[in-house]
Amino acid sequence: MKIDLKNLTIAKVRNSFLKGEYSAVDLAKAYLETIKLRNKELNIFLEAYDDVLAQAEAADKIIKSGKAGTLTGIPIALKDNILIKGKHASASSKILENYVGSYDSTAVSKLKEAGAVFIGRTNMDEFAMGSSTETSAFGPTKNPLDVSRVPGGSSGGAAAAVAADMALATLGSDTAGSVRQPASFCGVVGFKPTYGAVSRYGLMAMGSSLDVIGPIGKTVADVATIFNVIKGQDKMDSTSLNVLSKSERLSRPHLRVADLTKFIESIGKGGIDPRIMKNYKESLDKLSKLGYEIKEPKTDLSMIKYSLPAYYIIIPAEVSTNLSRFDGVKYGFWKGGEDLMDDYKKTRGEGFGKEARRRILLGAYVLSSGYYDSYYNKAMAIRGVIEKVFKEVFEEVDFVATPTTPTAAFKIGETTSNPVEMYLAEIFTVIANIGSIPAISLPSGFVEEGKVQLPIGFQLMAPHSEDNLLFKIGGDFMGEVI
Amino acid sequence: MISIKEIEKLAELSRIALSDDEESALQKDMGSILEYVDQIKSVSAGALVEQKMGSVKNIFREDSNPHKSGIFSDDLLAAAPNREGNYVKVKKIL
Repeated sequence: MKIDLKNLTIAKVRNSFLKGEYSAVDLAKAYLETIKLRNKELNIFLEAYDDVLAQAEAADKIIKSGKAGTLTGIPIALKDNILIKGKHASASSKILENYVGSYDSTAVSKLKEAGAVFIGRTNMDEFAMGSSTETSAFGPTKNPLDVSRVPGGSSGGAAAAVAADMALATLGSDTAGSVRQPASFCGVVGFKPTYGAVSRYGLMAMGSSLDVIGPIGKTVADVATIFNVIKGQDKMDSTSLNVLSKSERLSRPHLRVADLTKFIESIGKGGIDPRIMKNYKESLDKLSKLGYEIKEPKTDLSMIKYSLPAYYIIIPAEVSTNLSRFDGVKYGFWKGGEDLMDDYKKTRGEGFGKEARRRILLGAYVLSSGYYDSYYNKAMAIRGVIEKVFKEVFEEVDFVATPTTPTAAFKIGETTSNPVEMYLAEIFTVIANIGSIPAISLPSGFVEEGKVQLPIGFQLMAPHSEDNLLFKIGGDFMGEVI
Repeated sequence: MISIKEIEKLAELSRIALSDDEESALQKDMGSILEYVDQIKSVSAGALVEQKMGSVKNIFREDSNPHKSGIFSDDLLAAAPNREGNYVKVKKIL
């Protein structure tokens, strides 16, 4: 039977399973068929696991016994930096090309418990460093809506998988926008939880003070469902915490959204597509019609503009530390040299791609004595101030809104020569990571380029730990009944 | 502008072998990135108070209840590129 993958949601699938319209095996086969048809061209999946149908068969047994869980039989894919025991995970890097996960990440354990079927691992920028999936050691992923363009990054494969109907939902990771920006470029929903809301145990570390695992799906309801399964304080991650299940702000007569037009135009410096600004205003109007109060905040937001430069000091520093474990000794790629030091240098020189090497050296620079104070310490102090600014603005509003990105998906190869130009793609998303607040990207429209309609996204941010608020406003914006 | 000597020093510290071409390319790239991030220097020290970053801190578990010795060893050793029995093998250190 032909299953209409395009319009599926988790709720629809569960209903169909209950009614016996199709089985988990039927559904898994449908996704595997799409992968077979288009993956060679799109390079979304690095690997479709060889036991998908076996997993689906086990799910069908559970469904027949009447004991189906929240996600039983639901096909989900994982970004290549999230560990699942016994399966390859390489962070799209040559240095981990043949690495097999020796344990399940907490997020995966929780999805397993809920009955999910894992289809495979999706392509990403190497070690999550990038906004286009072009730094992958295994070739770029193409945007399913226009194969001459990038899907965004670093969770480009994860977002493209949902857009191309190769998975019903996926897990990505977001450190400066790596879930939200590709979701925006691919026309799907991407959610970055509050830092700590999802355990990082089993997520390959890039920027430990910023990394968050986040779900990508077609609807806010699906993304919320997955988040509620994977969230929770975990003794294996000392930075994890429990977020609020229901915000007190929901008892307010109406919720308030900050219109950041002035701020956006000041940091965008003319690099924002005017059609995106138009869509931003239309999105705010849409919320206003839905009963949200749109207001220009009085709080001085100017310090927030230092988010991106502060990020590009903090992240190389943390990356250089986190990637020092890859030395060809304990796991991964090894290249032998004349002596041990030479082993390290050759292994890392050859195993790491250009962007990884660049950020490692930059990190060593900003952490070296003489520079530590003026770069790293100053960036961390700026970070503290930005957190404070957000706390202040959330005293007068409940949400902060921006476009997700300054442009729609760019062409493959367009920005790879200039590192700073690539970094600017995350200028609106990074502020949520630096500010330690949750954020969601909602597909809000299209811009036309030639004959193609390229998706664009509308981003909403909420106060720390109030992730549930984003599902409320997101659901309203998307016209979903949650 | 960062010098080639500095790039070489950083590569040494990072244990990464770079070709001469790669060093020049990095010199250029790092130069542009540093130029971009330098704008944080314009933030006056007065505007910044010693900020504590959220409530992130290290938590150690109690040093008790160890797991049974050896139950994870095979899984972990299987990943090592060079292995001899239950040892990870490396070139001589001293």
